[in-house]
Amino acid sequence: MKKLVTHRLFWPVMALLALIVVNTIARPQFISVTLRDGELYGALIDILRNSAPLMLVALGMTIVIATRGIDLSVGAIMAVSGAVALTIIDTSGDPGSGATVAVALLVGILVALVLGVWNGFLIAVLGIQPIIATLVLMLAGRGVALLITDGFITTVTSAPYKFIATGYVIGLPFALFISVAAIIVIALLERRTALGVLTESVGINPEASRLAGVRARGIVFGAYAASGVLAGMAGILYSSNIMAADANAAGLYIELYAILAVVLGGTSLMGGKFTIAGTVVGVLTIQTLESTILFLGVPSAQAPVFFAAVVIVVVLVQSPRLHRFARGLFASRRPDGGGPSTPAPTPPTTTEPTKAEAVR
Amino acid sequence: MTVNEDTPAIAMRGITISFPGVLALDHVDFTLRRGEVHSLMGENGAGKSTLIKALTGVYPIDSGTIAVDGEERVFSATADAQTAGISTVYQEVNLCANLSVGENVMLGHEPRGRAGIDWKAVHRLAAEHLAGLGLAVDTRSILSSHSIAIQQLVAISRAMVLDAKVLILDEPTSSLDRGEVERLFAVIRELRDQGVAILFVSHFLEQVYEISDRITVLRNGRLVGEHLAADLPRDSLVSQMIGRELDELDAISRTADRVIDRTAAPVLRATGVGRRGMLEPADLDIYEGEVVGLAGLLGSGRTELVRLLYGADKADSGTVEIGGRPARLTSPRHAIDHRIAFSSEDRRAEGIIADLTVAENIVLGIQAKRGWMRPVRRAERDQVVSEYISALGVRPADPDMLVRNLSGGNQQKVLLARWLATAPQLIILDEPTRGIDVGAKADIQRKVAELSAQGLSVVFISSELEEVLRLAQRVVVMRDRRRIGELDSSTVDLDLLIDYIANEGEGSAA
Repeated sequence: MKKLVTHRLFWPVMALLALIVVNTIARPQFISVTLRDGELYGALIDILRNSAPLMLVALGMTIVIATRGIDLSVGAIMAVSGAVALTIIDTSGDPGSGATVAVALLVGILVALVLGVWNGFLIAVLGIQPIIATLVLMLAGRGVALLITDGFITTVTSAPYKFIATGYVIGLPFALFISVAAIIVIALLERRTALGVLTESVGINPEASRLAGVRARGIVFGAYAASGVLAGMAGILYSSNIMAADANAAGLYIELYAILAVVLGGTSLMGGKFTIAGTVVGVLTIQTLESTILFLGVPSAQAPVFFAAVVIVVVLVQSPRLHRFARGLFASRRPDGGGPSTPAPTPPTTTEPTKAEAVR
Repeated sequence: MTVNEDTPAIAMRGITISFPGVLALDHVDFTLRRGEVHSLMGENGAGKSTLIKALTGVYPIDSGTIAVDGEERVFSATADAQTAGISTVYQEVNLCANLSVGENVMLGHEPRGRAGIDWKAVHRLAAEHLAGLGLAVDTRSILSSHSIAIQQLVAISRAMVLDAKVLILDEPTSSLDRGEVERLFAVIRELRDQGVAILFVSHFLEQVYEISDRITVLRNGRLVGEHLAADLPRDSLVSQMIGRELDELDAISRTADRVIDRTAAPVLRATGVGRRGMLEPADLDIYEGEVVGLAGLLGSGRTELVRLLYGADKADSGTVEIGGRPARLTSPRHAIDHRIAFSSEDRRAEGIIADLTVAENIVLGIQAKRGWMRPVRRAERDQVVSEYISALGVRPADPDMLVRNLSGGNQQKVLLARWLATAPQLIILDEPTRGIDVGAKADIQRKVAELSAQGLSVVFISSELEEVLRLAQRVVVMRDRRRIGELDSSTVDLDLLIDYIANEGEGSAA
């Protein structure tokens, strides 16, 4: 039991479960999944499907954060890759053909890779601070996307392209397969090779890693390139969902949600140790929260405040300092033999653990 | 001077500070008088900086008293020390580089007019203070546009604005050239004559003797002695700093007398390797199975030399041959490809990866060499890790423990294991035994002796000269960023080596 509670995914998973429970109590049909025409439907399925773009972006963000970096340009890269893909389909003679869509996907992702490589070059080779280097593309990227679409919102009709975000395969949304495949590929790449541990080593202590012979530059470079590719895939999913390339709305603020997902999952913004499973949980938590807002009918004007309030609660629940505080509450009541049912008064004596930490 | 002339500016008595597991200062007394320049000497870990931090209110003291002008004070924050008239100028100038010189000098003490700060008066007053130190710079120029030397003088005039009675100069000369040092010293003498008490810390022996009236020596957190500079010969200063412990390490067989075959091409031959501002060009040969000691005080250039050889810093002069063939060592990767390993003196910042496990830290060297595509397999990893944990006696012998939770000595063993696992032909150990307990020290020395007997070449740097003499067949001596000579360790003893470090090459070249 103790082992379970101290596992680093315990609190992230608890937060996600708590959200699902609250939703189910509010409206029991939340939990229900129905089979219609051999395809599964329901709120949970929607969450899995809609979380795909954020999942892809957050996976890349996890690797980048592990190297002590940050990638603010992911939203802009989404806009560019969507714009490239849809422009190719729009200008081709046969928007419905599989070959056209394949070319569009390939070029869209390739352009995203180029943008990721650009970030990697600025950061790993020129040594520019990650937040500044990726800010450049964050601001410029949407301009590039507008340039590609000539300033319009390009809309197309292409059945194969639409399938990417909204199609079903063996009863499950195709988008879910993409996000699961990305999780598996990233997890294998990081944990079955030495990439994960070398990335952590660079993130924890770049100088010691360099002296130990780790090719820190290549690892950092690769992280941004991977983040670019994943953001490119997310951009295609997004544009496929609405069948339009909207340079201003595509992936707006997704960099912030991705950072939030990584942190909720338990990876520190200080870099080093990272957890892919944690990020997956973090993404699902955010997506569930989005659905909760819709589900509970929170007016859209108040939605951001509601979102923020829940995030604060979730973050507090995970905070080690709060855990110590809670333990302090518990411990200070023990000696006077008060039953556990006695409601805890607000004791002034329990600030000790935090004070001890401040001194250290 | 209104107060009694005999009352010292600072009297620290019985100062004790402990950190988890370490007694950093053990009942240290320190007295700083008005109108004197007093040098605080000691090797790394001797407690110099801890003492300064106690005096400036950075660390609370566990026991002991601090009296300023005869009045006992308790410093719970740096602001307390500043109010008491104690100012510090650090090695890295702690001013605002992007503000003007005048703003820096007067920061927090700007004269005010009716409409807020009177900027004209700020610059006028700043110029007066600077002129008082013989410094004529445009007070409206940006601080960062000036040399470090000028910035340091600005920092000192800022201390004077704060009406400092005590000025602490921590390694102020480490990035200055000869002329700049002269200028700084002129200012220091001027202030001393005005009655300011000056605490001076430097690793440069010559400068210490040039400027100091009095010298206090610390070692291992204890006071060794206080002397008038004129009464303390160099060699006795050096031997006081280094100390001579009769310890159980003598049990280790002396490898120093082993005969080395120097007919074949050396494993590594460096000719004229140097870097401006860091190290004057130096030569070094290392033969197979040989242990070469690098001796000298901290800052003598011993670390700088090996960092250049390893490619951790780039040399701007000289050539290196490995096994008789010219080689370019411009990055750690190149050195590793030539089977050279380097364990840094700064274990925490440049050695261990604190949040990884013992096993991960040990295989990191092999893994980095192979690249990420070819991971070290579990079985291989377990075998390598358990082999080195037992060979070096890592305690606790738990491969899954985070390295941060190990003691310093065991962290050092983990680092040694990391490098030995890569099967190097030459290993450079910079202060591998610093700050670790005697048992771990003996383990590491024994391993070095054993491996060199099997043909591994070793460059061994240590502030503990007995250790160097015990292990190395040859000792290369460095001072003031220069190689000053080389000794055959079978023909020298500790006294001779100390004398050599302190005096050799004085006046004329070695």
